[in-house]
Amino acid sequence: MFNRRSLMKVVGLTAVAAAAPAAAAQATSPAAAPAQALDVSRLPREQVELVAPPFIHPHEQATKAGPKVVEFRMVIEEKELVIDSHGTKVQAMTFNGSVPGPMMVVHEGDYVELTLVNPATNSMAHNIDFHSATGALGGGELTLINPGEQVVLRWKADRTGVFVYHCAPGGPMVPWHVVSGMSGAVMVLPRDGLKDEKGQPLKYDRAYYIGENDFYVPRDAKGKFKTYDSPGDSYADTVEVMRKLTPTHVVFNGREGALTGKNAMTAKVGERVLIVHAQANRDTRPHLIGGHGDYVWEAGKFANPPQRDLETWFIRGGSAGAALYTFKQPGIYAYVNHNLIEAFELGATAHFKVDGTWNDDLMKQVSPPGPIGPTKTGAVSPLKPTGKH
Amino acid sequence: MPSYAVTVTVAAAGAAAMLFTAIAAARPPDIPPAPDLLVSLPPGTFQYRVAGDFNREGRPVNAPLRTVRIEAGLSIMKTEVSAADYDRCVAAGACAPRADGEPGRADLPVVGVSWQDATAYAAWFSARTGERWRLPTDAEWAYAAGSHFKDDAIARDDGAGAVSERWLARYDQEWEQQGFDRRVRPHGAFGANERGIIDLTGNVWEWTNTCFLRQGLDATGEAAGPRTVNCGVRVVAGEHRSYVTDFIRDVRAGGCSVGVPPANLGFRLVREEGGFLAGLATRLRRILGRNA
Ligand SMILES: [Cu+2]
Repeated sequence: MFNRRSLMKVVGLTAVAAAAPAAAAQATSPAAAPAQALDVSRLPREQVELVAPPFIHPHEQATKAGPKVVEFRMVIEEKELVIDSHGTKVQAMTFNGSVPGPMMVVHEGDYVELTLVNPATNSMAHNIDFHSATGALGGGELTLINPGEQVVLRWKADRTGVFVYHCAPGGPMVPWHVVSGMSGAVMVLPRDGLKDEKGQPLKYDRAYYIGENDFYVPRDAKGKFKTYDSPGDSYADTVEVMRKLTPTHVVFNGREGALTGKNAMTAKVGERVLIVHAQANRDTRPHLIGGHGDYVWEAGKFANPPQRDLETWFIRGGSAGAALYTFKQPGIYAYVNHNLIEAFELGATAHFKVDGTWNDDLMKQVSPPGPIGPTKTGAVSPLKPTGKH
Repeated sequence: MPSYAVTVTVAAAGAAAMLFTAIAAARPPDIPPAPDLLVSLPPGTFQYRVAGDFNREGRPVNAPLRTVRIEAGLSIMKTEVSAADYDRCVAAGACAPRADGEPGRADLPVVGVSWQDATAYAAWFSARTGERWRLPTDAEWAYAAGSHFKDDAIARDDGAGAVSERWLARYDQEWEQQGFDRRVRPHGAFGANERGIIDLTGNVWEWTNTCFLRQGLDATGEAAGPRTVNCGVRVVAGEHRSYVTDFIRDVRAGGCSVGVPPANLGFRLVREEGGFLAGLATRLRRILGRNA
């Protein structure tokens, strides 16, 4: 955390560098020199198997070990997906078959080494732009691969937080690939774990990762959603809908109902749950109905202190945020985009099923719904329950 | 239980049988004869889980199980009213148009209709046939459904557990039954029950005339204490029981946050045999009077 003095120092340094670029380039102060590069070839390596959201692959929250190279592999899959309970289909594009793509977790100072595969069965070129990576358009410039190719990219996790990644294959392809499903998230944890606003450690018992996606499905003359045989066939119509900026669907994890019912997320009373929310394209405002965000990194970057006790938090389009909450009461919780039209009409609703013992102190139905009882004045007394028992 | 039983004398029934052919011949050509349209159930007694919200000592409990007698038997449509049937009512100006702009198909049930729409259809259909048609009560629907009726009682229900336990149990129970697919399927896709009634528990829920009831119970399960009835909300029968505001056509827009909403709203009608026979008697008198 910056105190006022150190913040001024940094600002001053930036000002000097901007005013005198030549001098800055020659500077030998450690702050201006490129970070000491490790001999990456000598670092330990770890292969991590990715899992589909809302789950996150096993990981340490804090680590005493030194930096390592973490190897991931993702296969791009173009495929038809059903995105609502009416059977509406889209020609989706996915990282590893899921919308959103899987989450990758590393620690600050680690290296992410991704093997990205574009099988010959796909019809288009794809790439990946990591918002957590530095240079070359987030890696997009170095990873554009045709069907039948693969590429390996390594980037250093030099800052902490949750970040979006997405496909960005150039020009008008970029928004189309993203709203067709090609986005995901990375979490770079501080080596010593998350901390509250006072620098005290914060741990979570479970973590879920929710990716929100806006879809733009064309309709026919009668207003019915159209289907297409391939992504290419759907392109012109879809762009026309996209340009109106009014999504036909706003859903969590790729389709209406992906996180409700049998797929509802679970927790127990007393458990601290980290909820990561990513939206690669469009602003959103998560809200846990009946709960809160105890600690919220609204912009998702762990070097900033978390905000406390939020009711709703804002996720800027093209970013990810994280909220930590300890469930205090059992029951069903709806986790929604609190533009309630998007939550109820367009699909952006998930559920948490929470087991545990009800706490009457936090909430109690003092008198169940029943007929309005008689009162002396003809008005309902706010102090006395009027139901007869 | 409201009873629609009408005492029918053997003589009246005989007269009805004699005149049936003449009456049937007068039906509009698009309406199938009664035996194809209806399943007629004999009078009977069954165990009925009452619809509504029940509480004991301020805690939610399962609805009581009552022995109910369907005194006069029941004539209920074999299938749900089709989209094509409904569109005839729309064409006649007696029903609100469906949201779906497609011409209604005869093999698909009508969906996206409110209780008010269904009631308007029953009135139009009654006028058209000269018979008395209406939505079934929830108890009648349950009687017709027989083995396809799903008891919505929560297994673990000692009344002592917290509200959240019932809530979680109901959530699991409803999702256990509920499929994800809302696409409407042709009549018969979800099979028939032992009485030959089709698609009772598919992905179309059916409006009933039963109003939402909230009732206190005493220790023996008898009605006691506060009671409210809200006829702005009607019982919807199907895969699981639901309570829906009468002007809602699609529960997604009208349901609560976390319950499992009915996938689609449709209906089937029952014919009031009392009304039918009363109508017959009127016609009989008219015919006999004219002939005499
Ligand atoms: Cu792509």
